[in-house]
Amino acid sequence: MRDQDEAQEKRTSRRAFLRAGLATGGAVLGGGALAAPQAAGNPKNQPPHVADWSRTLGDGVAVRAYGKPSKHEANVIRRDVQWLTAARESSVSFTPIHELDGIITPNGVCFERHHAGIAEIAPADYRLIVHGLVDKPLVFTLDDLKRMPRVNRAYFCECAANSGMEWRGAQLNGAQYTHGMVHCVMYTGVPLRVLLQEAGLKPNAKWLLLEGGDAAAMTRSLPLQKALDDALVAYRMNGEMLYPENGYPARIVLPGWEANMWVKWLRRIEVGDQPWHQREETSKYTDLLENGKARRFTYVMDAKSVITGPSPQAPLNHKSGFTVLSGLAWSGRGKIARVDVSLDGGRNWRTARLDGPVWDKALTRFYYEFDWDGRELLLQSRAMDESGYVQPTKNALRKIRGVNSIYHNNGIQTWHVHKSGEVENVEVS
Amino acid sequence: MSRSLEAAGIVACALIAGVLAIAPIAAAPKKATAHKLNIGRAATPAEIAGWDIDIRPDGHGLPVGKGTVKDGEKLYMLRCAACHGEFGESAGRWPMISGGAGTLASHDPVKSVGSYWPYASTVMDYIRRTMPFGDAQSLTNDELYAVTAYVFYLNDVIKTEDFELNERNFGTIKLPNESNFFDDDREKTERAFWRRNPCMTNCAPGEAKVTGRARALDVTPETSKNPKVE
Repeated sequence: MRDQDEAQEKRTSRRAFLRAGLATGGAVLGGGALAAPQAAGNPKNQPPHVADWSRTLGDGVAVRAYGKPSKHEANVIRRDVQWLTAARESSVSFTPIHELDGIITPNGVCFERHHAGIAEIAPADYRLIVHGLVDKPLVFTLDDLKRMPRVNRAYFCECAANSGMEWRGAQLNGAQYTHGMVHCVMYTGVPLRVLLQEAGLKPNAKWLLLEGGDAAAMTRSLPLQKALDDALVAYRMNGEMLYPENGYPARIVLPGWEANMWVKWLRRIEVGDQPWHQREETSKYTDLLENGKARRFTYVMDAKSVITGPSPQAPLNHKSGFTVLSGLAWSGRGKIARVDVSLDGGRNWRTARLDGPVWDKALTRFYYEFDWDGRELLLQSRAMDESGYVQPTKNALRKIRGVNSIYHNNGIQTWHVHKSGEVENVEVS
Repeated sequence: MSRSLEAAGIVACALIAGVLAIAPIAAAPKKATAHKLNIGRAATPAEIAGWDIDIRPDGHGLPVGKGTVKDGEKLYMLRCAACHGEFGESAGRWPMISGGAGTLASHDPVKSVGSYWPYASTVMDYIRRTMPFGDAQSLTNDELYAVTAYVFYLNDVIKTEDFELNERNFGTIKLPNESNFFDDDREKTERAFWRRNPCMTNCAPGEAKVTGRARALDVTPETSKNPKVE
């Protein structure tokens, strides 16, 4: 078995080498994948032959005490763009959305954004202080949080800077890089209002300061209304305890609002009567417009969508014929109402099929099945939410906001599908 | 919205019955009264003081301390300049903290303390909680005032090296860009994005033309240069 695997790996790496050679010649898209027929594999494993895995014993139970994806899926990982930031401790990695389906993001590949690296917190030492304009300042342990009434909710979590590199034009070749600062998991947690009720709010309470226990003591000001509405103090994602990179053991969840506010490693909540104007809501996460003025407190994530396949890292591997186009849509204002798809750069649109649960402020999966005639395509998707908001084109956004705002770029993405099946990130007229 | 009301219902039921119950159809009040869980213990003033490091524009949270621009310069050169540059101009890709006056409406805006940040308190709050990078919360209050004073000096907000910044005069420090921020108004100014029936056919004249390509920039990371999993 090992010999066969090794032989196959050699073939694969030879193919990779050939691709690299082509890339040097300028024939391949930077970062994108070359469209190619499905690997031929090893005929000895295929009918009428019987493969080794059909004859010999494999690993027994509990050998893999904590499972992970097949070794053949080792490319399904978070990736970063190293030129973006000065150090990985204050940086971002991207969800491989082009390799996933459905609406739930696996815990191990949820995008990361840290400001001072991952805080590794011992659960026995975890403390959450609630103080300020309250009747009784309180300290909670993790066990305290876990014995409070809890709820389960799936929500998308999107960085306000998702697609931020694309304001001035197409820059990165891959849905992972252009749209991968988003994930969607099922949280288990306590409604934040339960904690506030325990402490008792003073009548002049209007704002909260949320603070993390990392080495950036990450902070954001939160209007009290959101805290009383649907905010959670979450400690589980997809049933498991939060992963350290996502805030273990507890983080704030603010449905529909920009991910920067979802403070991880939550250690302190101060109740006040005005916003704190912290660095992350003044110097950062404010949207600079063309006239030099800046919009602040832009919490809600506007409706957005992206086609995850085909996309630059997920090319079409067949020349023509039946093709499934797949993508994600989401809105900070509620449920996705409809997604339209264009094959001709926005001239004509057809309505896509939503599949799986359509949940409030969660990722929603859409498909559009069609017979590809093998011609070039300019693929776009356009999300609409239940508030009536329609995802604008990038040019419509630029017209109203300029190109300096970094944040909240929810413009319509275009993928150029070549006759070869290769896909690249483009802008269209 | 209906889900959050449902959540409120579940909480209210749990508070009353002590068990999770099926959410009622009628909306429960969002701010439940009485019926505390009595979970959590009182936080002591010392515990709060150890963690309460925030500073607000109105002076709330300002620590007691003092430091001059001159004191701050020495400290800055030792602990800050390697990343931010001797004059706040940045070394490599680390943030610029000075310069950029008059650039905000240009093609290449520079968002420094002097050119962009609206409040002086934010600067000291941020240094206090995060800096020096990798050795956070290590500065004494006097050091904090000194290095903050030096950052203001680099931005021409404080003009003289002998200036001593302290909790009594901190409120007099104003940053020039404060008036250029406004609250989120997207639901008014971008009202046009709420459209009843978006166009479905012949939505733009002629065929779509490609006007820009990511490959032209060639800045996408190579797959081989990315992290590997074992």
